[in-house]
Amino acid sequence: MPGVISPPHPRRNVELLLLVLALGIGLGANLLGAIGTEQEITTAYWVQSGVLAAASLALHVVLRLRAPFADPYILPITVTLNGLGLAIIHRLETSNTLANATTQLVWTVVAMAMAGALLWFVRDHRLLRRWPYLFLALSAVLLVLPLLPGIGMTVNGARIWVNLGVGTFQPGEIAKITLAVFFAGYLSANRDLILLAGKKVGPLTFPRMRDLGPLVVAWLVALGVLVFQRDLGSALLFFGLFMAMLYIATSRASWILLGLGLIGLGAVLAFLFMPHVTARFDVWLNAFDRQIYERQFGGSLQVVEGVFGMASGGFMGTGLGAGSPWRVPLNHSDMILATIGEELGFVGLSAVLVLYLLLFTRIMRAALGARDAFGKVLAAGLAFTLAWQLFVVAGGVMLVIPMTGLTTPFLAAGGSSLLANWIIVGLVLRISHSARRPVVVDDMVNASGPGAGHQDPAKLVALEPHRRGAGRRGSARRAAVGGDRA
Amino acid sequence: MSELAIAALRFGLLLALWILIVSIVTSQGRDLVVGRRNKTRRDAAPVTASAASAPAAAGGSAAPEHHGAPAGGRTVHSGPPTPAPRLASTLMVDKGPLAGREIDLQGQALLMGRAQDADLVLEDDYASGRHARLFPQGTRWFLEDLGSTNGTFVNGSQISRALPVGPGDSIRIGKTVMEIKA
Repeated sequence: MPGVISPPHPRRNVELLLLVLALGIGLGANLLGAIGTEQEITTAYWVQSGVLAAASLALHVVLRLRAPFADPYILPITVTLNGLGLAIIHRLETSNTLANATTQLVWTVVAMAMAGALLWFVRDHRLLRRWPYLFLALSAVLLVLPLLPGIGMTVNGARIWVNLGVGTFQPGEIAKITLAVFFAGYLSANRDLILLAGKKVGPLTFPRMRDLGPLVVAWLVALGVLVFQRDLGSALLFFGLFMAMLYIATSRASWILLGLGLIGLGAVLAFLFMPHVTARFDVWLNAFDRQIYERQFGGSLQVVEGVFGMASGGFMGTGLGAGSPWRVPLNHSDMILATIGEELGFVGLSAVLVLYLLLFTRIMRAALGARDAFGKVLAAGLAFTLAWQLFVVAGGVMLVIPMTGLTTPFLAAGGSSLLANWIIVGLVLRISHSARRPVVVDDMVNASGPGAGHQDPAKLVALEPHRRGAGRRGSARRAAVGGDRA
Repeated sequence: MSELAIAALRFGLLLALWILIVSIVTSQGRDLVVGRRNKTRRDAAPVTASAASAPAAAGGSAAPEHHGAPAGGRTVHSGPPTPAPRLASTLMVDKGPLAGREIDLQGQALLMGRAQDADLVLEDDYASGRHARLFPQGTRWFLEDLGSTNGTFVNGSQISRALPVGPGDSIRIGKTVMEIKA
C-alpha cells in the first residue's frame, strides 16, 4: 500500500490542552494591549476573548464528533494566530479608525462556523472530486464578480471587492479555494495523460504542446486578474498555486521551468505596460529615495515606516501598546506583520513565522498521509497557498520583493480572508482525518477472501464450480461484494 | 500597575508563544517521520505464516478482525506437512508500465486495478478500476478477477474463479505481466 500510515491515535486531548494555551495567549495579548495603550479593561475585552474561546471549543467538539482523527495541531495554531490578530486589531483601535476588532470577531465566528459546518456535512473530502468543472465555473464567476458594474468596487486602485449591500467582500479569496479544488480534481484525474507523452531534452521531459493548454489558461487568468483587477498579489497567488499543484501531481521539473519563464514574461510585460506595477517596482528598488517617500499616492512611506517600526522594535519589541504603529498606514491589515515586529519584536515575529511553518508542515503531513490522489494534491496545494501567500506578504513588508496587496492569513483584518482561510482549515482537517484514521486493511477490498461480508469465503471458493454450473456465479459474487460494503 | 510588572507580563506573552511552539514540536514525536519506522500497522501484524498445519493463520494475519472465519480449513490443504512450505513474499512486475517493480506482499491481500484506492495502482489503460485481487490462504496465493472488463489471465488462459497461483505462473492484467516470487 503506498503512502504513509500514522499510528491511529485521535489525540484530541492534546488538541484541547494546546487550545487552552492558545486561548490564553490570545487573552493575554488582548489584556496587555489594553494595559499598554492605557485603556481601562472593560468587559468588552473579556467578552471578546470569551467569544473566541467558545467558538474554538465548539469547533473542537465538532472535531471530536465528526473527525476524531483529524490533525490535533492545526486548530491550536490557527486559533493562536487568530487570537493574536484580534488582540492587535483591538489595540490599534485607539489610533486607527479603520481597525475594528468587533467586526473581525464577528467574521472569526462566522468563519469558524463555516469550517465547522464543512466538517459536519462533508463527511468525505472526495465528495468535492465529483464536479471539478463546477468548481471551475464557480471560480470564474467569483473572479468576474468584482468587474461587474453595480456591485464591483475599486479600493486603493484594485478592483477586487464586491459590495453586497450589508458589507464588502473579496470573492478572490474564495476563488483560490475553488480553483485549488478544481486543479486537484483535474490533475488527479488527468495526470496520467499529462505524464504520458513528452519530448525529452537532457534530464528534463517537456510536455506536449496540447498538454500545455491548462498552464497557458492559468497564465491568462493570472494576467487577466492583473490587468483588469489591477491586483498583483492575487495574480501571483493564482499562478503560483497552479504551478505548484502541477508539480506536485506530476513531479516534472520542466513545468516549473516553463512556469517561471511565463512568470518572467508576465513580469516584464507588466513592468513595461502597467504603470501601477512599474510604481511597485520603483518603490521596492528605491524605497528610501526622498522623492518616492514623499509621493502622494503609491509612495514608499508605508513600507519604509514599517521597516523603521520593526527596527525600533528590536529583539524583544516595545511591548503591545507601547510602540507607534500609527505611523504605518494599513497597520491592521496589509502591514500587520510590521506592527507585530514592532511591538513583539524579533522574538514575537519569529514565533509567528514559526507557527506558520508548523501549520504548513501539518498540512503537508496530511497531504503525505492522504490515501487518494485528490486529497494529496488538494492538501499540498492548500499548504502551498498558505506558504506562498505568507511569503508574498512578509517579503513585501520586509522589502524582499515588491509590495503587493495580499492578506496575512488569520492575522490581518478582513472578513473574506478569514472566511477563506478557515474554510481551508476545515478542508485540511477533513483530509487529515481520512489520512490519520486507522486503515481497515482488508475489509474494503475483500470480495471473497477471509471474512467477506456474510458469505463464508471458504465456502464461496469451494462452491465456485457448482455455482458456475448453475449459472449463478456472477450474482453470487456481486452479492459477496455488496455484503462486504454494507 | 508598575513598570516592572508590565515588562514581566510582556516577557511572559513572548515566552507563552514559544512554549506553545515547543510543546507542539515535542508532542509531535515521530509523527513527521515518513517511512518504515512509522508504519505501525504492517509491523504489528505478523508477516509470514509458515505453519502449514494451520492454514487459518495466514488468513488471521491478513485480517485480524476476522479471526472467527474458518478460512480455508476445509478447502485448502496444501500438501504434506514437511518440508514446511512458505507463503511467497514478493510480486514481480515483468512487463507493462510498472515493469521492474517489486511489491512486498507481506502476507496480506492485494487489490490491483487503476483505482486510486487499489493497493497496487496499475497505470494500465487496459485494466479496470478494481481489476483483480490476490489474497493468501494457507501457504498459497489465490488470484481472483473482480469482474474486470478485459479479464485476468494466468499462463495465457482467462480465469473465471479464484485460482491458486504460485512462483512461475505468469499473471496478466491488461498489458501488465506479473509473477509471484518466493
